[in-house]
Amino acid sequence: MPMNFETVEVTTDFLIVGGGMAACGAAVEAAYWGKQHGVKVTLVDKASMVRSGAVGMGLSAINQYIGVTKGTNTVEDYIKYVKYDLMGIARDDLVANIARHVDSSVHLFDKWGLPFWKDDEGGYVNEGRWQLMINGESYKVVVAEAAKNALGMDNIYERVFVIEPLLDGDRIAGCVGFSVRENKFYVFKAKAVLAAMGGAVGVFKPKSTGEGMGRSWYPPFSTGSSAYFTIKAGAEMTCQEVRFVPVRFKDAYGPVGAWFLLFKSRATNAMDEEYMATRRSELANWGKYGAVKPIPANLRNYLGMLDQFEGKGPLFMRTDEAIANLAKKYEGDEKAFKKKMKELEAEAWEDFLDMTIAQALLWAATNVEPEKGSSEIAATEPYFIGSHSGASGAWVSGPEDLAGGTDYFWGYANMTTIKGLFAAGDASGASSHKFSSGSHAEGRIAAKAAIKFILDNNTQPNVDAAVVEALKAETYKPLEIFEANKGYTTTPEVNPNYILPKMFMFRLQKLMDEYVGGFSSNFSTNTKSLNRAMELLTFLQEDSDKLAARDLHELMRVWENKHRIMQAESHVRTVLFREETRWPGYYFRADYPKIDEENWLCFVNTKYDPQTKEWSVFKKPVLNLFNVD
Amino acid sequence: MPAFIIAEKCDGCKGQDKTACMYACPNDLMVLDKEIMKAYNRDTWACWECLCCGKACPQQAIDLRGYADFVPLGATCTPLRGSDSIMWTIKFRNGSVKRFKFPIRTTEEGSAAPDGGFANEAKLDSIELYTEPASLGAAVWTYKK
Repeated sequence: MPMNFETVEVTTDFLIVGGGMAACGAAVEAAYWGKQHGVKVTLVDKASMVRSGAVGMGLSAINQYIGVTKGTNTVEDYIKYVKYDLMGIARDDLVANIARHVDSSVHLFDKWGLPFWKDDEGGYVNEGRWQLMINGESYKVVVAEAAKNALGMDNIYERVFVIEPLLDGDRIAGCVGFSVRENKFYVFKAKAVLAAMGGAVGVFKPKSTGEGMGRSWYPPFSTGSSAYFTIKAGAEMTCQEVRFVPVRFKDAYGPVGAWFLLFKSRATNAMDEEYMATRRSELANWGKYGAVKPIPANLRNYLGMLDQFEGKGPLFMRTDEAIANLAKKYEGDEKAFKKKMKELEAEAWEDFLDMTIAQALLWAATNVEPEKGSSEIAATEPYFIGSHSGASGAWVSGPEDLAGGTDYFWGYANMTTIKGLFAAGDASGASSHKFSSGSHAEGRIAAKAAIKFILDNNTQPNVDAAVVEALKAETYKPLEIFEANKGYTTTPEVNPNYILPKMFMFRLQKLMDEYVGGFSSNFSTNTKSLNRAMELLTFLQEDSDKLAARDLHELMRVWENKHRIMQAESHVRTVLFREETRWPGYYFRADYPKIDEENWLCFVNTKYDPQTKEWSVFKKPVLNLFNVD
Repeated sequence: MPAFIIAEKCDGCKGQDKTACMYACPNDLMVLDKEIMKAYNRDTWACWECLCCGKACPQQAIDLRGYADFVPLGATCTPLRGSDSIMWTIKFRNGSVKRFKFPIRTTEEGSAAPDGGFANEAKLDSIELYTEPASLGAAVWTYKK
């Protein structure tokens, strides 16, 4: 591996880091305002935009659509839904801001060429109250195309992995990264930066530990880069204790939404008992959140988990029964019945093929015919995302008209507590249930505010050349460590002078799983376990100085794991701080097994000081801004 | 394995400016071995089975072998992605075959105009985003105290 890396300097006004849904939304928005006001916009993506991010494979539904024009739902309805699903912990202003714009993004997708299911009157077909059915194999392809057309390929850098922020005092000044394909080190200088690099996968031990560990529910290439970037910049973070544990079809993690919402399927245990019915009384232990419809996702998880802990698993999605019920009304009319069955079959398979091909392959490999038998569902391993029923991310300002005059507003929508550093999608916290469409809308919100920030603060921040040189050395150090030590042993994987990123990741995953409530500890933890986790994390942090890489690809894995460990640490610290159990289906504090509304109906926020490397963890109030209760 | 390359079919995207699978893979797994002009998946434990590589392959040279730690052998799930639709052939372990065809886009490739054809009335200082309120179909919601 040659050690001469060219430094490429890119000076721009607004830098979008990421290439997924939020970044694509930001690109479209920023390109327009940038052109109007002479602001240069640049985007940098770890992969190639056409298939990068969580929507790269495709999706079978758009999970956030309010339908304001239809008048059936309101923004307030959505706030209520999100707030209850997260057991009271959400930012009214942020959720409202996304909800009031999300339909616009969805209508743009429609115009750009994404195929929607349409009813006889040409209207969208709802899967559930907020969800629309699509033929979404090329969802990301279409959305990325509009973003690329807006920005122009000259302003897009692909296969460049951004790894560290650059600061000028209390203001963001850009970032550094490296090409994963060429011997090039990148220095981006910008007046404002949007962090939109997705959530974190692979922090906890996955249930499949062979090849199947690639089959994470969220993509394995979302590796905590957003969290690392914002934490390292010194930005205040929120909801770092909130991890998301989805229940999915077992092993291949195929989506369950269509089965539950569209096909109205039930889930039952090994004794044919429906845990949502038999365990209903348990819901009363979780305050007012146990009494709402839909029942919060984590409580639904929890009731299923209780069955599994008692040995009543596996749990089954009753696909056969659901299909039979749907086809029932056609009985007697054989032709119509056959047609309906064929339609349902295609819908069921497309649901997987559009977004989880592996699940279709698993069904084919195990000869599953959903109309003839049930299929297993199970809780996965924990994930960190700012969307779905996750909530972790940066603490960002709300918009002035919704948050002005409160502690939720400091000048520019979606700006973090670091001047000029914005966050959207999985990178911003306390605004759950934004999904693909809401992330796109949120990227647009952040981009427009960032352009405004640039015009109000139109100076290029200073970048210290010595800091850049030090970061360059740090970036490539793992290659040097390998070169310097490889001759000592005859097995490159075993060498006392370094650790390779794969084993480093396994070490992180094992300690998180066993001490911080992963699946093998029944998602439960307590103070002593968490303190033990901190001890082991400290050793791991120290050993991160000895990470080694044999090539640029492995160097990417090194940095992904340096990012993951930061997400892990902020999680452990905040789980430790919150002395209650609020989301029992995500994690259970065995030493504080109850919800405590009096003391803990609040956000838990954190801040890392990049100078002193010290963390602070503190409470922030949950405000009721719009009288939604 | 996840995604694997059928040696006989792969031609390394000869003569083209980029190797299709290498360009598409969101996890940077596909590599072209220039000596034999064939691509390979360099880390099958990190493969999401998104099959972005296979959908992009001009030679139909990429397929999935399900994750060996939980998927029995013998099934295939093969896409043929065109400009407006995708055809799937699913072969079951027991030999039965299903075929599905789904639309993938309603417009011509490359034609997505950022404004979607919606007029823009938003201002930098207004609460509307670019193309709103036209793209929203309604006035942007705000809280009335």
